[in-house]
Amino acid sequence: MDGSTTDEDVAATTGNRVVLRHRISTRVWHWVNAIAVIVLLMSGLMISNAHPRLYWGQYGANFDHAWLELPRFPGWATIPSSYSLSGARRWHLAFAWIFAVGLLLYIATSLLNRHAQRDLAPTKRELAPRAIWRDIVSHARLQFPTGEDALHYNVLQKLSYFGVLFVILPLLVLTGLTMSPAMGAAWPWLLEIFGGRPSARSIHFICATAMALFIAVHLLMVLLAGPVEHIRSMITGRHRVHTPETEE
Amino acid sequence: MIGRRHFVLGGSGLLLAGCDRLDRSESFRGVLRSAEGLTMRAQRLVSSRNALAPEYREADMSPIFRSNGTRRPGTPEYAAHLSERFANWRLIIDGLVARPLSIPMDAVRRLPLQTQITRHDCVEGWSAIGMWHGVRLSLLLQAAGLSTRAKYLVFHCADRFGARPFYESIDLVDAFHPQTILAWGMNKGLLPIAHGAPLRLRVERQLGYKHAKYVQRIEAVESLAGIHGGKGGYWEDVADYEWYAGI
Repeated sequence: MDGSTTDEDVAATTGNRVVLRHRISTRVWHWVNAIAVIVLLMSGLMISNAHPRLYWGQYGANFDHAWLELPRFPGWATIPSSYSLSGARRWHLAFAWIFAVGLLLYIATSLLNRHAQRDLAPTKRELAPRAIWRDIVSHARLQFPTGEDALHYNVLQKLSYFGVLFVILPLLVLTGLTMSPAMGAAWPWLLEIFGGRPSARSIHFICATAMALFIAVHLLMVLLAGPVEHIRSMITGRHRVHTPETEE
Repeated sequence: MIGRRHFVLGGSGLLLAGCDRLDRSESFRGVLRSAEGLTMRAQRLVSSRNALAPEYREADMSPIFRSNGTRRPGTPEYAAHLSERFANWRLIIDGLVARPLSIPMDAVRRLPLQTQITRHDCVEGWSAIGMWHGVRLSLLLQAAGLSTRAKYLVFHCADRFGARPFYESIDLVDAFHPQTILAWGMNKGLLPIAHGAPLRLRVERQLGYKHAKYVQRIEAVESLAGIHGGKGGYWEDVADYEWYAGI
């Protein structure tokens, strides 16, 4: 969008209203986190290749029972693309800093500016089973909200964004730390929460899988709901609302 | 649809090619590597110097404690020591010390005993819990009179990878940690060959590859630069693993 054009000009010429949809904190974190998460997922798959077995409990190695044996992930899905545990760890542990610090700052900002409470936390009315069902049905029919309804998140969006921001991502950081022998000494409560290093590693993998699924559904929804408009609004923050007749 | 799939695969290919290229760039690796120092400083900031690694009950021990790395050193010297039941194996402590020591194995086993049940965390991701019997490293360092110039301890080992001797190193924070021991026993017996007989390091707040096995000599040094590949350990030199393995 040209810098000299004001939102009012746009609204006047197109008959649409332009609103500020995403704050700068949301936009910066979204893209920084997107890069970090993709690097973490892909380097994580390489780390998994070094010992693709998952256990529950305080110990777990080759002679112990694994609850899940993972396939060897192919080179196109891993960082680096050919086997290197040390290389994957270097990527993973460097981007883990960006990921964890970014997450901490974004959670703090979102609580302070009340983005979390206002936009992400579902209301009691939205959480009614009938309301959730209605939202599931409209998603299944690929009916996406338009006009003013598109200005706030629907309940499935709220639940998934809230769940990712406050459950999945923090769990990834905490279970990651639990796997560190130095952190086991520094913060032994981590091992107590997760029930041991092998358990923390299993939860880490489950949360990473949930995150990968979230990304897949998220990208699909953006594609279906209008990729150009949505990607632009996550970059510029401005979102065009199609309200043909009524101007404010 | 095919177009989109090609787009996604193409994007993934570009991303990977980019990452692999970055991975080959020494300066980018330097940027990533700076996380190692950051992690070490942060971990030491949030933990007290003597914060203990968790210790476990006998009931928590791994039924089978797998070994890793060298399972049996292949040199004739080691075979000879083995046939003598390590009667002539000596632990040498030298370098920047006031009183270099050379202690026969049976004397090492008579030193004050410390037993701990701890978790061994491999860099690959598996964990095993075992019981270790040995002597606190700090006792030996006090006996040898560590110089104030010393910053690192280098553990020279009897196992070889091809022609390269295995070695590892730790700094003084870990050297004087109350759980850092030279273990000569495991699970109420003598240390098995696969686990580093007759003597190995236990440095409980770091990953398994730091726990040098078959230890023959501990050298106190000011810098790691002149030793073998200069990165402070065999795996650090040949496979680019981090020297600080607290995570």
